[in-house]
Amino acid sequence: MLAFFLRKLIWAIATLAVASVLVFAALEIVPGDPAEVMLGINATDDAIAALRESLGLNKPVLERYISWLGGMLVGDFGQSYTYSVSVRELVADRITISLPLALLSLLISTLIAIPVGLYAAAKRGSLADTGIMALTQIGIAIPNFWFALLLVYFLAIWLQLVPAGGFPGWDAGFWVALKSLLLPSLSLALPQAAILSRVTRSALLETMGEDYIRTARAKGLSRRATLWHHALRNALIPVLTILGLQFAYLLAGTIIIENVFYLPGLGRLVFQAISLRDLIVVESVVMMLVATIIIINLVVDLAYLWVDPRLRNRSP
Amino acid sequence: MLEIEDLSLQIGTTPILDRVSLSVEPGQILGIVGESGSGKSLTALSAMQLLPEGSSASGSIRFDGRELLNADDVEMQALRGDDLAMIFQEPMTALNPVHSIGDQIAEGITLHTGSDRGQARQLAADMMQRVGLPVDQFPLSRFPHELSGGQRQRVMIAMACALRPKVLIADEPTTALDVTLQAQILHLLRELVEENDMGLVLISHDLAVVAEMTDELVVMRDGIIVDRGPTGTVLRTIEHPYTARLAKASTHIPVRNKPPVLSETSRQQGTAPLVSGRSLVREYRTRRQSLFRAGKPFRAVNNVNIDIYPGQTMGLVGESGCGKSTLARLILALDVPTAGTIEFDGTNLTAASEEQLQIARKNIQVVFQDPFASFNPRHKVERLVAEPLFLEPDITPEQKRDRVVGSLEEVGLSASALEKYPHQFSGGQRQRLAIARALITRPALIVADEPVSALDVSIRAQVLDLLAELRERLGLAYLFISHDLSVVRALCDEVMVMEAGEIVERGIVSEIFDNPRSEAAIQLVNATPDLARALENRQTEN
Repeated sequence: MLAFFLRKLIWAIATLAVASVLVFAALEIVPGDPAEVMLGINATDDAIAALRESLGLNKPVLERYISWLGGMLVGDFGQSYTYSVSVRELVADRITISLPLALLSLLISTLIAIPVGLYAAAKRGSLADTGIMALTQIGIAIPNFWFALLLVYFLAIWLQLVPAGGFPGWDAGFWVALKSLLLPSLSLALPQAAILSRVTRSALLETMGEDYIRTARAKGLSRRATLWHHALRNALIPVLTILGLQFAYLLAGTIIIENVFYLPGLGRLVFQAISLRDLIVVESVVMMLVATIIIINLVVDLAYLWVDPRLRNRSP
Repeated sequence: MLEIEDLSLQIGTTPILDRVSLSVEPGQILGIVGESGSGKSLTALSAMQLLPEGSSASGSIRFDGRELLNADDVEMQALRGDDLAMIFQEPMTALNPVHSIGDQIAEGITLHTGSDRGQARQLAADMMQRVGLPVDQFPLSRFPHELSGGQRQRVMIAMACALRPKVLIADEPTTALDVTLQAQILHLLRELVEENDMGLVLISHDLAVVAEMTDELVVMRDGIIVDRGPTGTVLRTIEHPYTARLAKASTHIPVRNKPPVLSETSRQQGTAPLVSGRSLVREYRTRRQSLFRAGKPFRAVNNVNIDIYPGQTMGLVGESGCGKSTLARLILALDVPTAGTIEFDGTNLTAASEEQLQIARKNIQVVFQDPFASFNPRHKVERLVAEPLFLEPDITPEQKRDRVVGSLEEVGLSASALEKYPHQFSGGQRQRLAIARALITRPALIVADEPVSALDVSIRAQVLDLLAELRERLGLAYLFISHDLSVVRALCDEVMVMEAGEIVERGIVSEIFDNPRSEAAIQLVNATPDLARALENRQTEN
């Protein structure tokens, strides 16, 4: 168990190291000089050269990579070119929006998908099942930003239940802030819930055909008890896999959704940083996203162990 | 206690059972025997009211005076696992892999008695003790995958019998187990019948098993009961032609026109062995004991010498897990021995070049146990049977087709099979296809790993005949692996008995089986159900 965890951890660190090289290299290749962009088109060559010097852009690639990596290890992400504040401060500020947004979406999508999947599986072939499956098909087909616009129209403009966009900050009160995250999370969560409920349903149906389900019924368990106590946990394995994959999409989705809802989160930050060639911010945020996804995968791996005892004694 | 009267069953529009009537009393063992598709399992599932969707049953099933056919879910749930219990064939898949065995046994106890977790676990522990899994060695926290097939079947029995059911239905409870475990499980079931005055319905395809175990017997075929009566009477007088056919098939011995090929004689005549293994060892790495300590290697094959002469049929018997299949893999050159050498026709396979290996592989083909699993379901017969011909890259498509047709004809199929898919064949025909595939490279040796274990007795007899006929016509040698001594006796010239990776006894089949000397051979012989012996015992009882 401990050996398993250590091995996974070593893999995670190795993956992070490779990712850091890729991220750094990719942004080296991208055209566009941060100094030129910052100073605008009327800047003199001297001014640009001076700024490049002060930003450290003239140093050799390897030296810059090492100092970037070294800085990240001790929590120093460098100085943003455009905002002139430390990236750390910038990210710390924005993450208070993006992280709750992602977690809330994950929570909503799981809370919708698992009961819906269970219900559809229990009522397989019924009108309810067919209806739910048709709805999820639509849910998968609709892009989340279009969904976001529909939600804004109905819930924010028409019914005026929640704000249409913007973020008052957590200082404005927990519920007020949470309320303004509700629409964005919903629009991120619903397409994911559609996929996840389909996966849950089909995993459950497959499990319901297993011999041990018949054994459980022969023991005298009701159909419902069999579904909950015997089928669900076995069906969770594919569900966990999809959940882990979806989290990555969720993070990517926040970039679009934060722009749709004017949320000053990480997604908006990275979007602006790209257009302003604020490379250091882009690099840092991307690395953070990579790290988050690796951690999530680690959590999913541990969750597998919890679900399936057969994996506990096996080396990966 | 359980009384089924005129039970007819349809699934969709397909009739499955036709006016089946049977009954079992407390303390009585009723056997239902029949080949696959005869409806014996569905009869059992009807009594449990666990039929697949789309089934409609008519007639009457009474249990303890209550009618079950129109009982509602709540009524049935109260009954199932309490007074009426069932165990299934596949111990490997019948237990839930994510729950501990203790929880799975205790679950039914809590459900039916309302006792608390502690009490239920105590009863579960007592029950484990009763079925021969004492909790100090097999704690309740074990998971199914940590147990062997036989141990899992014991857990199933503990689960089903924890609440002392009035009737237990056992659907092929030992079919997936080897003979030694089968004997133990059957013994346990009989004890439980006596202890609890339980009625037992034992479903089996094996006449010898029911002959040893049951008081009353019904013989089923195509959803109809064709023969019934006290077991001794039914099997001794054998009045019904179908029962006679079953009995004949299960003791069938193919004719042997040529004399058996014996190692001793071959050696004296100076014939070189076809395959010769010397001091074969195959070790497997086991799980590391800790991060820094490697596990102790496990010797699946330990210092085995083996010679198979041209045209010889060599049997290899032993309990499951004794290393039979590992030895077969070594001979097939699918696996490399940790130590020792294998020669095929004078070529040392352990040091052979890829080219030499190809020649050897053409000459050694294999037939596996499960005809359902050993074919890709999406390929047609022509392609499936031709598969080993990749070993002969120069062959033209016409020649290839001719060879496939020739091979199919050898095994009694025709060219019309070429365009079909495996699912269009019955189990016996599929095993014929597997043999055709093995024959296509014109091998000198066929390794047959439990080739008839998954087949019904009448099909089994046909396949044994086919193997015997091919042996005579083509001069094939076989390495015939089985846990079923009766088929080994029927087909093989010599036999090797394997235990824990070692060959503990070898020699002429009849000598070994009639007069076994090693512990392992004695155990195997005693555990193998034997129709004649069972009937003899009954004679002395009466």
